[in-house]
Formats: sequence, C-alpha cells, structure tokens
Amino acid sequence: MPLLSVDKLTKSFGGLTAVSNVTMNIEKGELVGIIGPNGAGKTTLFNLFTGVYTPTSGSIKLDSDGEVKELGGLKPYNVTKAGLARTFQNIRLFKDLTVLDNVRIAMHQNIQYKLPSAFFRFNKFYNEEESLREEAIKLLDIFHLSHKKNELAKNLPYGEQRHLEIARALATKPAILLLDEPAAGMNPNETANLTETIEWIRQEFKLTILLIEHDMSLVMKICERIYVLDYGMMIASGKPAEIRANKKVIEAYLGEDVSNA
Amino acid sequence: MEQFLQQVVNGISLGSIYALIALGYTMVYGIINLINFAHGDVYMIGAYIGFAAITYAKLGFFPALVITMILCAILGVVIERVAYKPLRNSTRIAVLITAIGVSLLLEYVMMFFVGAEVRSYPKVLSGEVFHLVGVVINIQQIYIVVTAIALMILLQFIVHKTKIGKAMRAVSVDQDAAQLMGIKVDSTISYTFAIGSAFAGAAGVLVGIYYNSIDPLMGIMPGLKAFIAAVFGGIGSIPGAMIGGLSIGIMETLVSGYGNSMYRDAAVFAFLIIILILKPTGLLGKNTREKV
Amino acid sequence: MKALTKKNLLILGAILLTFTVVQGLISVGIINKFYEITIAMICINIILAVSLNLVTGFTGQFSLGHAGFMSIGAYFGAVINLQMESTGGFLLGIFAGALAATLVGILIGIPTLRLKGDYLAIATLGMAEIIRVVFLNLDITNGAAGLSGIPRYTNWLWLCFFTVATVLLINNFIKSSYGRACISIREDEIAAESMGINTTKYKVMAFAIGAFFAGIAGALHSSYFYFIRPDIFGFLKSIDILIIVVLGGMGSITGSILAAILLAVLTTYLQAFTAVRMIIYALLLVVIMIFRPQGIMGTKEISDLFKSKKKDERIG
Repeated sequence: MPLLSVDKLTKSFGGLTAVSNVTMNIEKGELVGIIGPNGAGKTTLFNLFTGVYTPTSGSIKLDSDGEVKELGGLKPYNVTKAGLARTFQNIRLFKDLTVLDNVRIAMHQNIQYKLPSAFFRFNKFYNEEESLREEAIKLLDIFHLSHKKNELAKNLPYGEQRHLEIARALATKPAILLLDEPAAGMNPNETANLTETIEWIRQEFKLTILLIEHDMSLVMKICERIYVLDYGMMIASGKPAEIRANKKVIEAYLGEDVSNA
Repeated sequence: MEQFLQQVVNGISLGSIYALIALGYTMVYGIINLINFAHGDVYMIGAYIGFAAITYAKLGFFPALVITMILCAILGVVIERVAYKPLRNSTRIAVLITAIGVSLLLEYVMMFFVGAEVRSYPKVLSGEVFHLVGVVINIQQIYIVVTAIALMILLQFIVHKTKIGKAMRAVSVDQDAAQLMGIKVDSTISYTFAIGSAFAGAAGVLVGIYYNSIDPLMGIMPGLKAFIAAVFGGIGSIPGAMIGGLSIGIMETLVSGYGNSMYRDAAVFAFLIIILILKPTGLLGKNTREKV
Repeated sequence: MKALTKKNLLILGAILLTFTVVQGLISVGIINKFYEITIAMICINIILAVSLNLVTGFTGQFSLGHAGFMSIGAYFGAVINLQMESTGGFLLGIFAGALAATLVGILIGIPTLRLKGDYLAIATLGMAEIIRVVFLNLDITNGAAGLSGIPRYTNWLWLCFFTVATVLLINNFIKSSYGRACISIREDEIAAESMGINTTKYKVMAFAIGAFFAGIAGALHSSYFYFIRPDIFGFLKSIDILIIVVLGGMGSITGSILAAILLAVLTTYLQAFTAVRMIIYALLLVVIMIFRPQGIMGTKEISDLFKSKKKDERIG
C-alpha cells in the first residue's frame, strides 16, 4: 500500500467545486510535485490533506507502519501528529517569536514532561528542555540558522524565513512534508540553494515530499513524478518529461487558442 | 393571554429603543469592524441633552429630539476623529480597548459634571392611556414606537437611495477598493458615526421619557443589550439590528413578566452566548472565513 | 535539584528581604493601616493582573470577565471562612474558591473559547454578568446585600506568599513548552494548529489557570475587606484588571506587577475622587492605545533590559 493514498477527493464551497474527484498515490520516499495554473485548487488540496478543510467526499489514507489512518476530517493538530507537516504559501511563522522558539513550538507535541513539572520545575523539566534545545539547534544548523536563533523571525530576510518554515515543519518529525510554493519570491540563486536543501533533507530524514510550485525549473529538476491540476481536476500525471510533452497541460497553461493555432 | 399581549406590547416599545441603539453598533461594526463600546454612552449623553432641552430650554418633544440628534451626531464624529481614527491600522484588540476607554471617559466626565445621582425626567408627553382588548398602551409607548419606525425608514432611505448610503455600503464591503474608486473613506466613516450616534441620542430621549429616570451609568446595560441585539440579528445587517432589537426587548419583558425579573439580564447574556456558539453570524449576517 | 541556580537563590533572597522589611515596618507602625490597605490592594491586583495576562497577553484570548472568577473565589472563601473561623478555614476557603473558579473556567471556556477577538470579549463579559446575577439571587450569598463580617485572616504574610507563588508559577508555566504552545496561539492560530498544537486545549488550559489564580485573589479580597457584595465584581472590576494588564504590557509579567503598583498608588491618592480617578483611568487607556499600544513593557520583562543582546537566552 502507498504511504498516502487519496481517493476521489472532492471539496466544494457552496456552488464552487475547488477540488473535484482527485485520486493520487504517493509512495514512501518519493518527491512528488503538484502543478497547475492559479486557482487550480492546489492549496485547497493541501488544506484538505492537513485538516484545515473537511472533504466534501472522498478519502485521504495514511499508512503509518502498517496502520492505515483516515486523515479526512481530522483536526490539523491530529494530522500533524499522524505524520504530515506543512509550510504555507504566504509564510506563517510566529513572527514576533525567536527563531529558536518557532522550532521549539513545533516540538511541543513530543514533549514528555507533564504540567506539574512545568509549574514546579522538577529536574525532568530541566533535562528535557535542555535536550529539546540541543535538538532544535541541530535542526537550525542544517538551514544555517543556528547563529540567528535569538533573532525574531520577522527580522530574517525572506529566503531565510522560507527556510525557517521548513525547519519548523521538520521539527514535528513528519513522515510526509508538504511544501506550498517554497520557492515563491526567491531569486534563481536562492532557488538553486533551496533545491539542494530539499534534496538533502529528503535523504537525511528519509522523507516523502509533496510540493506545490510555480517555478518549473525547480519542479522539473527535482520531482520524480508530477500531478497537474486544472479547475480542481487532475488532468495529467507522470514523469517530468511526460508532463512537458502533455497536450492537455500545455493547453491549461497557455490557453486553448495557442494550442489550436 | 392578555398578560402575554401586555408583555409583548411593553417588549415592542423597549425593543424599538434597543433597535435604535443596535443600528449604530451594526453600522459602525459593518464599516470598521469595531464594537463601539462608547455607543451606549452616546445614548446616555443623548438622554441628558434631551433632559436639558426640555427642562431648561422649555422645548417640546420634537424640537428636543432633533437638537439631541444633532448634538449626538457631532459627538459621535468627534469621538471617531479623536480616538478611533489614529488607530485605523492597529490591532482590533487595541481599538476595542480604546473604545472601552472612551466609554469610561464619557461616563465619568458626565458624572463629574452632573453628579452620580439619578434624575427624574421632565414630563413632556401626557400620561394618557388607551385600553385595547384588555391591553394597556400609554401615549409614551406610541411615541417611542412611531419615532423608532420613522427613523428606521429614514435610515433605509439614506442607505439605499442616497450617495452617502452608497458610499457606506461600498466602504463596508471593501475599504481599499472604495478608496480607489474615489470614495472618501474618512468622511464616509464619519457620516456613519454621525448617523449611528444621532440614533443613539434619539433612543436616549425616548428611554428617558419611558423610564422617567436617567443617570451617568445608564448607558452600560442597554448598550450591551443593544449590541447583543445587533449580534443576534447578524452584525453589519441593518434589518438584522431591527429584528434583533425587538426580539431582545420582547424576550426581556417576557422573562421579567413570567419568570424572575432578577434573572432578566442573565437571560439576555445567556442568549447571547448561545447565539455566538450556535450561529455566530446571527440571523442575517454574512459568513467570512480566514484564507489559508 | 537543578532549580537551585545562583539566579533563583538571589530571587529567593530578595523576596525574603522584602517580606522581612515590610513586616518590620508594619510591626513598628511606620506602615500604618492606611498604607496597609494599599499594600493589600497591590498584592491582590498583581495576582489578578498576572493571571489575566496569561489569558489575554500571552495566549491572546481577550477576556472581559476576569472579575467573574474573582467573585467565585471571594464567595467560596467568605462562606467557608464564616463557617470555620480559623486559619485552616481561611486556607480551605482559598483553595475551594480557586478550584471552583477553575471548574467554572473550564465549563465556560470549552464553548466560548472557539470564538475570536471581540466576540470572545463580549461572551466572557456576558458570562461574568451571569455569575454576578447568580450570586445576586442565591440565599447563601445573601443577595444584593452581600456578606459581611468575614473574619480577616489575610495579612501581609499570606498576601506575600500567594502573590509570590502566583508570579512564580505563572512565570514557570509561560517559560515551559506548554507556555510556548499558548503563546503560539496568540501569534498565529492556524500555524499553531498545523504545528501540532491543540489550540482549544491550550486556550482552555490558560483560561482555567487564569481562573484558578483569580479565585485565590477573590478569596484574599473577601478575607481582607470583611465584606463583599455582587456589584463589587461587575464589569468595571474586569475593566480595572484589564487596565493594569494593558498599561503594563500584554505579555509582560513584570509589566503587570509594575502597573499594579502604579495604579494602586494612584488610586490611594485619588480615593476621595472616584470620578476624577476614573477619568484618569479612561484617558490612560485611550492615550496608551494611541501612543504606546504595547504598554510600559511591551512583551519584555525587566530582566530582559539588563541582558546583553548577544548573551545566550537560557531557560530563565
């Protein structure tokens, strides 16, 4: 069974069907891209996966070590607990908190000490906070952010904010990482840098990655498989080379007039 | 049955007053998303202006009402310009706290000048009473309901048929877009405050006549209840505020009439919490959700 | 014990010193009855403000009903203390009041904390009004006349003990992983949920902890001032507490302490002029929001001011 299997997933808002009958399977360790024109329903799809929206119909199943879990309709924090973590299209860091706190907050769900230890600072509290801190700094090191651990997130340059968001998502120890336009607003240099980082963390954390992206160079370079959405429907899927040659995809991106000419 | 009808009649006159105040809340909330806590106190000041106009200037009901509405409109605009406008881009909590501050300021400045004691309102209307199928209706109640209805019709006319009304509706939908279309957002907001405050002032005079007593803290409870009425009707919706006001008024008189009048206020607040939980958008409100 | 750091011992020393000095001044009569009342007011207001700050300043849930929880503590404390006139009864009253307030906090918090911003503010205001009306109508609370002749067991020792305990415990909570979870809700609720934080759970937790300490403050209040009635704990009392939190800085514990002291002193001097005092309070609110919405301290603590920027922020 695939790690994530999405079956006939549909979401409608009143009369508008934002995601319609989408079926996809993600195998463990894959790096899969989701592309499509603006308003195709990509982010809605992520919001369905992560519990921000409840599906109108269809299912999202996650296979965690042989135990199959239905994610559709779960609360976002339960989805995160089940092993999905995400970044946001318009960065949603905890802006007025430090870089370190951003990561530590994401580690909260794995905290062992209980409330009394927090109130009365038993040794358990000190021990665990210490190891939590070391772990967070180790994670920040990967993104070359540990020297900025005490800066407020909002004071980081844009590219580093994107990186911090990925670090924060990784801190929840996910099996699947969902990246919503990670390269948006980056220059080619930063994008190249990001591409390397994504490849690296995928190896290092044995991650499965699903990413939405507009930057074709990034998608075509690193994704093993690509799904294409248009008007909420899946119009194509396959290897980058196949997608590049797909007539429907070209139509969706360039408009019908061009392809008919 | 007669007692029930009597309570409903009392409820309608009380409810029309709540509706008049609720209109101001709903209009201001619709346009700048602010619970204008000071609105209940504009109503209190309206009651005092009416008191002064009738007692010292020896004016009749209608001239006193008109003068009160004009002065309250000016007060509303001043409050908006001085306290709320500098905070147009602040967090909503900051503006809400400011509104609470303005509310306290009006209450205690008034207390400083007129004292804390309760005053009885001068009699401007005759105490005539009508009997209709066993229900007692007095002339004050008729004045209250007729005035309230007339003002609401006037408001509907302003909002739907005039240029100002069109601008108000545009700003409440999208402030930035309205600005780009050449609508003067600042003056539109001022007009909204002026109209809302004038209505609150009118309600102040009516309540003074109805309950025959006024004091500097009289605005707190009716203010809160009118706000609840606005929430129940669907905040931002003008017909909603009217329906909400009447419903809260009738509910209150029924609770006092049949249950325990001591629990009247608690019932209204319990009602509010239930609405907020079951249908936070109210009867006629629009649903908005944050984009992720 | 890892808690026995140099810094913590220093704080302990400072607390003991303050306690002894004030106790000494009271014994020799330099601090007279009049100033003693101010001190009691400061301590009770610190407990109230710091606990409201946890809810409003740190967790970002705007509550206008804190006086409601205070009144539960006050009535429980008073009723128990009137039955059992002893220090044991006093402490039992405090504890029972705090627990009852917590329980009510949880019951009210679960449905209302789904609301946001100004809607939550109005709902909490309504809830406090309902609590007030209930006390107004019960026999055991003696209705609008209230309870009088409550024995006074609240003294400087207990005031100091409970104030210090409140500040330390809430500070510890905020600087733990649980506290960070609460703060993340204030910062961005959607992001917090996506990072695995059960936002409803932590909002209710903050609300319940806030109610617990407000309950303690209420019980201390009733045992200090001999006398309570429902309208002491009305809307205006909630606003009073809010003003302290806003003035001190939402998200700063030391700010709340500073503001509680400042306002208690102001109140003492303006005791005879209620209207003037309230006008100053009101102007203060408006002026702070327009010119310094972050309050005196913002989200900083006094200790942050002495910390060099480069120094590593350890678990404090």
